[in-house]
Amino acid sequence: MTLVVLAVLFWVGATGVNVWLSRQPDQGWIRLAVPVIFGIAVLVLWEGVVRGLAISPIILPAPSAIAARFGSSLDVLWGDFTQTVLKGALSGFFIGAAAAFAMAIAVDRTPFLQRGLLPIGNFVAALPIVGIAPILVGWFGFDWHSKAAVVVVMVFFPMLVNTVQGLRETDAMQRDLMRTYGASYWQRLFKLRLPAAMPFIFNGLKVSTTLALIGAIVAEYFGSPTRGMGFRISTEVGRLNIDMVWAEIAVAALAGSAFYLVVTALEKAITFWHPSQR
Amino acid sequence: MIRNAAPVLTVLLAMVVLWYLAAVWMNSTWTLAQAERAGTTPGFSEIVRDTMAQKRPKLPAPHQVATELWSTTVEKKVTSKRSLVFHGWITLRATLMGFALGTFLGISLAIGIVYSRVMELSVMPWAVISQTIPIVALAPMIIVLTSSIGIEDRNVPKAIISAYLCFFPVLVGMVKGLRSPDAMQLDLLRTYGASGAAVFWKLRLPSSVPYLFTSLKIGIAAALVGTIVGELPTGAIRGLGARILIGDQFGNPIMIWSALFAAAILAGVLVTLIGAMQALTLRRMGMAR
Repeated sequence: MTLVVLAVLFWVGATGVNVWLSRQPDQGWIRLAVPVIFGIAVLVLWEGVVRGLAISPIILPAPSAIAARFGSSLDVLWGDFTQTVLKGALSGFFIGAAAAFAMAIAVDRTPFLQRGLLPIGNFVAALPIVGIAPILVGWFGFDWHSKAAVVVVMVFFPMLVNTVQGLRETDAMQRDLMRTYGASYWQRLFKLRLPAAMPFIFNGLKVSTTLALIGAIVAEYFGSPTRGMGFRISTEVGRLNIDMVWAEIAVAALAGSAFYLVVTALEKAITFWHPSQR
Repeated sequence: MIRNAAPVLTVLLAMVVLWYLAAVWMNSTWTLAQAERAGTTPGFSEIVRDTMAQKRPKLPAPHQVATELWSTTVEKKVTSKRSLVFHGWITLRATLMGFALGTFLGISLAIGIVYSRVMELSVMPWAVISQTIPIVALAPMIIVLTSSIGIEDRNVPKAIISAYLCFFPVLVGMVKGLRSPDAMQLDLLRTYGASGAAVFWKLRLPSSVPYLFTSLKIGIAAALVGTIVGELPTGAIRGLGARILIGDQFGNPIMIWSALFAAAILAGVLVTLIGAMQALTLRRMGMAR
């Protein structure tokens, strides 16, 4: 019980520090420190409650137990990470994004197709596409190829819609200027319209990072070789190794956040001119 | 709308044609293998006819899916376990529960974030991070947790998963919406001597309504995705996701495809309903453009 009280006290103290910090003049390090302190407080509260109330590790393991498990099974986790993220999600992400990009450029030249594809793409992007996972696993087999295929389909439509919309983002004045320069189609595409479309394209890419991981993991529930994050989670839940499941969740969280961060960093570097980045 | 009808229909038609071609191509392997075993060599038209009517096709033809959809919705009693209306209802119920929970969470967090700087600094980054975590990894865990706490209702874990996916768009939209009144409008209310509560109810909340509906449309679609994801890895026996699962286990692709289309139709209906509510509300509030 004392542990619980201590954890709650720590939580109150951390919140006090955060309140004090947020009243300080705005500085870069405060924007980083406050969420970090909040996160630590949550972990301490979790640890204190689990230990203090002696909650069974089968229900909810303490963060320290998860960390210990994480450290002791690094090789297994790395194997699952390469299988699911590097092979399944990333390859599918690149193929899907590239295919959608090529399709958007192709469609872009015919306004008729554009008007037809946009509403359909918008609709399909809102559908629960993950459901096709069992079908694609049936078509492409148990290894990572089927996972990549699921990811391709999931990533394709948000990317297509965003790219097509982005390519329409130039205004008449800018297009007229290019015309007075006598620019060819490809010059207009590369010098004006693609750069103008970049914020939209990155929007699609950011949505796709999460979708890619979801697709790759869900597809593993329908059959996979004996490695992979989805496979590990479903089997370890069955064996009540809940700390291993949480370690796997931590890997998924780290991978998802890192993936998102990389895309955001690229966005910052490429669309530095956009008002939202300045 | 009307202007886009012709291109949309053309693209749809092209998709159906492509689908038929793919069905012939993918199913013909099986037809040819069967024919070889029987020692016959089928002509082209026979192959095509066979690929359109296989019992376990690799890719069912569109009309097979349509027939299955028709027979499992209109021709079955709604209470029957084989009726897609029955399974759709199970999924819809969990989706609406999750949607209500997620919307409530999103709106309350947004209010907190707009009014408290500590909340903004400490919660907002974690809300963003929460969406980069693939929820499916957490799904089996949520099911274990809810059942060990003693919640028997199978809808609760599904609803939690769908709330997790749907709260974020609502949160982001509402933060934007509650902050949309400009300094001039806020100043006007200050000159009236309006209280904080009055500013919230009379200015901030009404001006956030257009943002709210836009996010609700994204949110309900996300909630449905969440419910179906929640049904897939959990061994559920009811619901559209469960139909997909069972179709996979019994090797019945037509069943998977019809459940998929039922889910798509459900998503379409839900988004359209919210769109209609949006149009009606904004017109009544005098905000329609």
